Amino acid sequence: MNAALELFIQQLINGLTLGMVYALIALGYTMVYGVIQLINFAHGEVFMVGAYLALTAIWILAALAGPLPFWVSFAALLVFSMAGSALLGATIEKVAYKPLRNSPRLTALITSIGVSFFLQNAVMLIYRSKEQSVPEIIPHVQVSLGRISFSLIQGVIFLTSIGLMIFLTWFVKNTKLGKAMRALAEDPEAACLMGISVDRVIRVTFILGSALASVAGVLFALYYGSVNFHDGYLAGLKAFTAAVFGGIGSIPGAMLGGVLLGVFEGLGAGYISSQWKDVFAFLLLVAVLISKPSGLLGENIPEKV
Amino acid sequence: MERISLKKSNLFKVATVFLPLALIPLFDHNPYHLDLFTTVGIYALLAMGLNVVVGFAGLLNLGYAAFFAIGAYTYALLSLHWHCPFWLGLPIAGLVSMFFGFLIGMPSIRVRGDYLAITTLGFGEIVRIAFNNLDAWTGGPNGLLGIARPKLWVPSFEGGLHFETWSFSVNPAPYGYLVLGLVAGTACLLLRLSDSKFGRALVAIREDELAASCMGIPTLKVKLYAFGVSSFIAGIAGCVFAAKQTIITPDSFDFVLSVLILAMVVLGGLGNLWGAVLGAAVLGTLPELLREFADYRMLVFGLIMILMMIFRPQGILGGQLIQRELDVRHKESADGAS
Amino acid sequence: MALLEVKGVSKHFGGVSALSRVSLCVEEREIVGLIGPNGAGKTSFFNCLTGLLKVDEGKILLGRDQRVLSGMSSDRILEAGIARTFQNLRIFRNMTLLENVAIGFHARTRSGLWDAFVRSPRARKEEKMIFDQSRELLRFMGLESFGNEIAANLPYGHQKRLEIARALASSPRLLCLDEPVAGMNPSEKEALAGVIRKIREKNIAVLLIEHDMKVVMPLSDRLVVLDEGEVIAEGRPQDIKNNPRVIQAYLGEG
Repeated sequence: MNAALELFIQQLINGLTLGMVYALIALGYTMVYGVIQLINFAHGEVFMVGAYLALTAIWILAALAGPLPFWVSFAALLVFSMAGSALLGATIEKVAYKPLRNSPRLTALITSIGVSFFLQNAVMLIYRSKEQSVPEIIPHVQVSLGRISFSLIQGVIFLTSIGLMIFLTWFVKNTKLGKAMRALAEDPEAACLMGISVDRVIRVTFILGSALASVAGVLFALYYGSVNFHDGYLAGLKAFTAAVFGGIGSIPGAMLGGVLLGVFEGLGAGYISSQWKDVFAFLLLVAVLISKPSGLLGENIPEKV
Repeated sequence: MERISLKKSNLFKVATVFLPLALIPLFDHNPYHLDLFTTVGIYALLAMGLNVVVGFAGLLNLGYAAFFAIGAYTYALLSLHWHCPFWLGLPIAGLVSMFFGFLIGMPSIRVRGDYLAITTLGFGEIVRIAFNNLDAWTGGPNGLLGIARPKLWVPSFEGGLHFETWSFSVNPAPYGYLVLGLVAGTACLLLRLSDSKFGRALVAIREDELAASCMGIPTLKVKLYAFGVSSFIAGIAGCVFAAKQTIITPDSFDFVLSVLILAMVVLGGLGNLWGAVLGAAVLGTLPELLREFADYRMLVFGLIMILMMIFRPQGILGGQLIQRELDVRHKESADGAS
Repeated sequence: MALLEVKGVSKHFGGVSALSRVSLCVEEREIVGLIGPNGAGKTSFFNCLTGLLKVDEGKILLGRDQRVLSGMSSDRILEAGIARTFQNLRIFRNMTLLENVAIGFHARTRSGLWDAFVRSPRARKEEKMIFDQSRELLRFMGLESFGNEIAANLPYGHQKRLEIARALASSPRLLCLDEPVAGMNPSEKEALAGVIRKIREKNIAVLLIEHDMKVVMPLSDRLVVLDEGEVIAEGRPQDIKNNPRVIQAYLGEG
């Protein structure tokens, strides 16, 4: 195989891996926006907290239990982090957003920026140092073909993310709560009339979104081997870009947007310049918002006169 | 006639608030305090400027630090490459920043409410990353150093009338007066703006954009004006900042700064000019008063924003924006029910 | 030549057509009533006329010079000479009455941003003119004693009058009123009908949507009847009253 193709495939794999993480976070943005039309600025921080919870769980496991098979530790991390983040998400919703349900959008958006700042600095104060390295949980093995390599952790990221996306799609399509979520997103007044408990659906949306973001956080921490309390801001913003790109409010849109953004970034970093890779994401964000705010799969809703 | 008489007292109001502040450097010679005085003044400029878009026009700009950065870098480059004097650099920095304000504003203001916030945030990040990466011009992450301080020409009568140049130095007092003058001037002009047909037009747009446009207000143009004025002020503030620090790096203009200024505007009261100044004074001095809690500074800012929005969304001095929007909301829900 | 000429205007929402080939005209100093059952497309027609909705087909022409309005933005259309009120009152609730009316002068005054900052003689002169004439308009609408009240604090009938005063501030050639007497008691209705006649004396033509036949019949010089987005009849009020198609349209509604 020639070197150019190998580089391309390698960047594609790296981009897809990152894209999976973006997609998981983007789902939370899109679901929350769907039900309460709020850009939940703090969502990136929930992802970051998820990563720190994974680190904490590793410490706890190391202290309490001896060496475990990697998949047992991984499952434990996931459960711990998801539970913690779900609780966090529900708390944020209850404390910060619920009192503002009928306030202007600007108010809620400013609040969510406040929540984001609060969480970021709370984590910084709790964990003290700026950057923490994450011990290796998933053994560093990889299959190589020529110069293309695919590591075990990448496999884990693919499997976990795709599994969760399938689960979420099933959940939204087939369960009562999922259907209620869709109904609320489509027509809040009708949903209310049909006897859907709006509060409950919103809470579940936050819990689900936060849990998904925390999984992304766990995967991110294990993949890069370090966590930083600043990670949530950039990753969150990129995931938001992904959600907008795919069409905010649309669940398949968030998945598609996340994966595509990851691939763009991977290829952009590989071929153009890694220094400017964040600019690609922001340019894409700005371009989509200005030219086609409904995104790839979103519905075009004209403003009411 | 009530309004006309109000207008005449703008200058008076500004003077009553700011003249007493001018006495501070006479009594307090602690350079540390005077430096803080100047910093708060720069914050006040920024908060007043951001208030024009967020408070008056109701457009949430989350990339405001970028305009501050553009002003600072403009003066830095002018000073380093062309030895441009500060007093000429000041308006140029404002104009360059305003130019970028129009450039960014033109596509952004068409975007709906909360999307606009994200669009401006995206632009803000692009500007910061660009300053970080354009090493050849901006010095990259190391920034630019050796920026010239302002100079004054003082008349001297020794040996016939001639002018001597007197340069600002590390002594913060002259900067304090410079900033105070700029803050007072800006406040005066903004009060005039809000009492003019444009001020009324902005309020009308905020209350009911559709009706405003049906009443002959070119809404995009008026919003763009607000964007331009706001970024001009940020450019001026950036120029003063660069001349005071003599060193600037991209780190000084990150998203945290944009949010900090937003927090000042929110704290004082969205849409209230005096609120913006008060917010800048409170959030500017608070961390210095609570030095031992310095680590908790940002945490407290976040908390303030949450609590203010929940319990007193109109801010300390009672902004106009939120109250008005709340009313519009009620009206809309009433319409929906009919 | 007519003041306003609408030629074959159509508007579709998705597959539903709200207006299909609507044509009508309004002469100078004429009061035209636009009537029809609910959902006939009357308000959609106003929205097309004032640039809030884009016209899919057809042309709207104004004045002797036949200026094409279709495709222009709302603020330009107001400048051209069409002002309107809204069915669900859209006054600026937290501004004073004087400020509300002053907004209507925005397009008529020439001072710019710079004038505002330096408070130039031109800006001062215009400000004085704006507030003098705004007071005059409030007097015309019988609201002179409420000039400095916040609009939201006024009773509904006064708010409706305020909206008309605001529209008049732009000195339009055609005033479009969307249900001006809805929600008023009979004596208020009577008074408002008088005001509309006085507006016509100012050389302003009036196009009004109104459900109340007791008001619209004696007031209008001519009636245009819309049903399901089409003009089904047009003529003098007494002829329209007996038009079988119109009766059919109204009966069909119930």
